[in-house]
Amino acid sequence: MSEGKSARVLVVTSGKGGVGKTTSTAAIGAALAHLGEKVVVIDFDVGLRNLDLVLGAERRVVFDLINVINGVAKLPQALIKDKRLENLFLLPASQTRDKDALTEDGVAKVIAELRTKFDWIVCDSPAGIERGATLAMRHADAAIIVTNPEVSSVRDSDRIIGLLDSKTEKAERGECVDKHLLITRYHPWRAARGEMLSIDDVLEILSIPLIGIIPESEEVLRASNVGSPVTLNAPLSGPARAYFDATKRLKGEQIPMQIPSESRGLFNKLFGRKAA
Amino acid sequence: MNLLSLFRRGSAPVARERLQILLAHERETRNQPDLLGVLREEILAVIARHVIYDPDKVQISMDRGSTVSTLAVDIEIPNRRRASGAASQQLSRLALSAGATTRSQWTNGLV
Repeated sequence: MSEGKSARVLVVTSGKGGVGKTTSTAAIGAALAHLGEKVVVIDFDVGLRNLDLVLGAERRVVFDLINVINGVAKLPQALIKDKRLENLFLLPASQTRDKDALTEDGVAKVIAELRTKFDWIVCDSPAGIERGATLAMRHADAAIIVTNPEVSSVRDSDRIIGLLDSKTEKAERGECVDKHLLITRYHPWRAARGEMLSIDDVLEILSIPLIGIIPESEEVLRASNVGSPVTLNAPLSGPARAYFDATKRLKGEQIPMQIPSESRGLFNKLFGRKAA
Repeated sequence: MNLLSLFRRGSAPVARERLQILLAHERETRNQPDLLGVLREEILAVIARHVIYDPDKVQISMDRGSTVSTLAVDIEIPNRRRASGAASQQLSRLALSAGATTRSQWTNGLV
């Protein structure tokens, strides 16, 4: 591995479960790697790992994050290289071990070592506000807060924003973690009818900058079914384009924000599912 | 679409308003200790010093209003001194709220 890098640490978090953290970690990690960045995605959900499954690497896990922390394995032994993108690596969570094994010092050492070898470290946070979630955000330079336009998700995101502003290393140094709002499972037509919180509603309530809007789409489920990030599996689909745009914004590019409409064009209707 | 929404208002405005009120409160109290939790612990500790009660028979309710909030603590205390004449009175209840209310002889002796 090439040395001398200094990675940017990104946490993908939300508070609430089931809003799309793991899906978004996989999609953004793959998009970053596709754009030429060297990326490691880390699953912090000890006991309930799933990032391996979403990335299609579930049968290749030998060692995990806890093994590395305990010294059972060296970091390079635990990293799983993606078969499609040579720049993308996974550090899986352990499935069985006690989550108390996730120690603050251990995580700090792993992150410090990874920083010298990668351009991006993407930490997939577990739901909740317990140890796994606080350790996932601990070393973050930037955070993506995944939010569904729904009351409980927005409330939990607000809580997580509070933690990012108080419990991270950056916050303790008096600095600020760059916070980005990613709205997922968005139905434009429902919002237009006033049946769902609109983008403006969520932005007004949470008041952090928007990095992307991911439309609700069957492509997301299809991608996880086959174990491939949606940005690889269906790169031209609405959600994949939205994830690519969000990823480019993360890299500092200025991309106009589009509210993606998943209304199926005639082309898609004629040529079916794969063309979407 | 705007014309349509005039006739058929969705539930999103309600969601927005509820969130705005709730989060205004939660942000204010975020870095403070949990007042309700602290009061509950301290009140129960005082009661426990004097009587034996069943923790499952404690009801605590909070009503958060815009200007005044009330905390009501309702504790059911098994009446060990079961008066032979008054069999109907088997339990005493200690109720604390804005002004403490006592409901029986037994509790009167305490408060």
